[in-house]
Amino acid sequence: MALQITESCVNCWACVDVCPNDAIYQDTPHFLIDDGKCTECLGDHSVPQCAAICPIEMAIVDELGAFLNPPGSLTGIPIEKLKEFGLWKEAA
Amino acid sequence: MELPVISNTAPASEGGGCSSSGCGTAPDALGHLPDHIRAKVQDHPCYSEEAHHYFARMHVAVAPACNIQCNYCNRKYDCSNESRPGVVSELLTPDQAIKKVLAVAAEIPQMTVLGIAGPGDPLANPGRTFETFEQLSERAPDIKLCVSTNGLNLPKYVDEIAKHNIDHVTITINCVDPEVGAKIYPWIYWENKRITGVEGARILIEQQQKGLQMLTDRGILVKVNSVLIPGVNDEHLKEVSKIVKAKGAFLHNVMPLIAEAEHGTYYGIMEQPEPTPEQLQELQDACAGDMAMMRHCRQCRADAVGLLGEDRGDEFTLDKIDVMDVDYEAAMVRRKEVHDSIIEQLEAKRGNVKPKAEDLGIPADSRPVLMAVAGKNGVVAEHFGHAKEFLIYEASPAGVRFISHRKTELYCGGMDSCGDGDVVGEGATESLLDRNIRVLEGCEVVLCSKVGYEPWAKLEAAGIAPNGEHAMEPIEEAVMAVYKEIAVTGKLSPSADGRKAA
Repeated sequence: MALQITESCVNCWACVDVCPNDAIYQDTPHFLIDDGKCTECLGDHSVPQCAAICPIEMAIVDELGAFLNPPGSLTGIPIEKLKEFGLWKEAA
Repeated sequence: MELPVISNTAPASEGGGCSSSGCGTAPDALGHLPDHIRAKVQDHPCYSEEAHHYFARMHVAVAPACNIQCNYCNRKYDCSNESRPGVVSELLTPDQAIKKVLAVAAEIPQMTVLGIAGPGDPLANPGRTFETFEQLSERAPDIKLCVSTNGLNLPKYVDEIAKHNIDHVTITINCVDPEVGAKIYPWIYWENKRITGVEGARILIEQQQKGLQMLTDRGILVKVNSVLIPGVNDEHLKEVSKIVKAKGAFLHNVMPLIAEAEHGTYYGIMEQPEPTPEQLQELQDACAGDMAMMRHCRQCRADAVGLLGEDRGDEFTLDKIDVMDVDYEAAMVRRKEVHDSIIEQLEAKRGNVKPKAEDLGIPADSRPVLMAVAGKNGVVAEHFGHAKEFLIYEASPAGVRFISHRKTELYCGGMDSCGDGDVVGEGATESLLDRNIRVLEGCEVVLCSKVGYEPWAKLEAAGIAPNGEHAMEPIEEAVMAVYKEIAVTGKLSPSADGRKAA
């Protein structure tokens, strides 16, 4: 089991500094998670740290492609507004 | 230790603010500080209204990560056309940052200050931030170091800040009440969890206040930035000002919210209004009774380079720095000469006594007048159509005081030009000229070096008298001269039909 970073990533480094497994590395066009190292923080923290600090909705997904931070969950911007501004996505 | 607070020597007849050249850090106000603090502040462009005409600063963008979300920020932004906090074009490693600072310091000898301000929170990037400071204090010991922070990690790093000889810290404090905070900060990252709502705001406020106290206890100068968000924290900021003053902050900088829908921020998309220049001034004046206020802040980018109000960042991109040959030893000698000569000029200027209104025959009961100035380096310098900002001055019988600056340009072309999203910037129907005239609302005169025919007519129609008679004159003398001209016509007497008694 491992999490993944999507193309929504803005390369802000926040997740790199908090990952307990050093599983996140710089790549182009965005950071990636080494699935051999990622444990989803099990045994270290109650929640995956990358997803707990990531400021960008839809940037981190689980193995099924589900967003850990779905649209609107971090900013509180209502879904209809996100759709109006082209900032809405159903799934990765 | 309690740091003395610069007090504004407000003219008795007026509602706050100071009467001399500029505000907050005018020479009069600096006089209340002990010598060692005054020396630290008076050649710092971000703290001294006077110094910012002469000395330059730069920010290096080594701190991308953030540990809180503010409703006026969108971390997706990287637009080279924008000038506002949190925006950068090129993220630097500490090594690249050092190279850039040395190149800029050699090229722009007026540079006195290096700050780390983002684009995230410097203290959420402690490794990159402190490595940059450490290398710099070794290689460029003549440059002052500053850091800005949201305050969440401040208590944890106060000792580190003191160790690196960082003598100025800016904390952004928008509230002291968690209920207010919950409307500004949707979440914080704290002790390995994302914490939302009132609880998140409560922790943030607690850490900010604790950090502020710890810094002033160690004698480190603290400036507090607040973003004025109408209907959210406007009245509340008066209390914030009182509290941060009591804890020893030496300067309070209230900045207007920037909230454009095309920036994609919560406030932008939710159409949260920005404050009008009048609302901002009213609040700054209200807080000025308790606190030294700063009014010349330009809300610059986290990678800004040069004098305030100009950005020379484009001249110092990594590829350009790579081919520069920097002899820093020689540059330091030159910098010392340039700094000494600027300080000499400033000292001479501080010795000059400004003419009082009464000496010029202006009646003591004349009403104050707001004037906009297209100025540069302390003189009336720019063509009306070329001015990127106007400096707003108030002339009254007590003298001339700097009130604020007002930008004339759109911050950004919108999501379209940044290639992010599909929103077309609104407001394109209004011509730039009309917009600029609207920006001058409340002013009765605009001073500039020249004005074209079309803007002249439109300005007059808007009740703003264009004036190109004082080109290249020192701003305050020019403003007082025009005030006197108006006084002679009798339009300033209380009985006259004052169009706008400011």
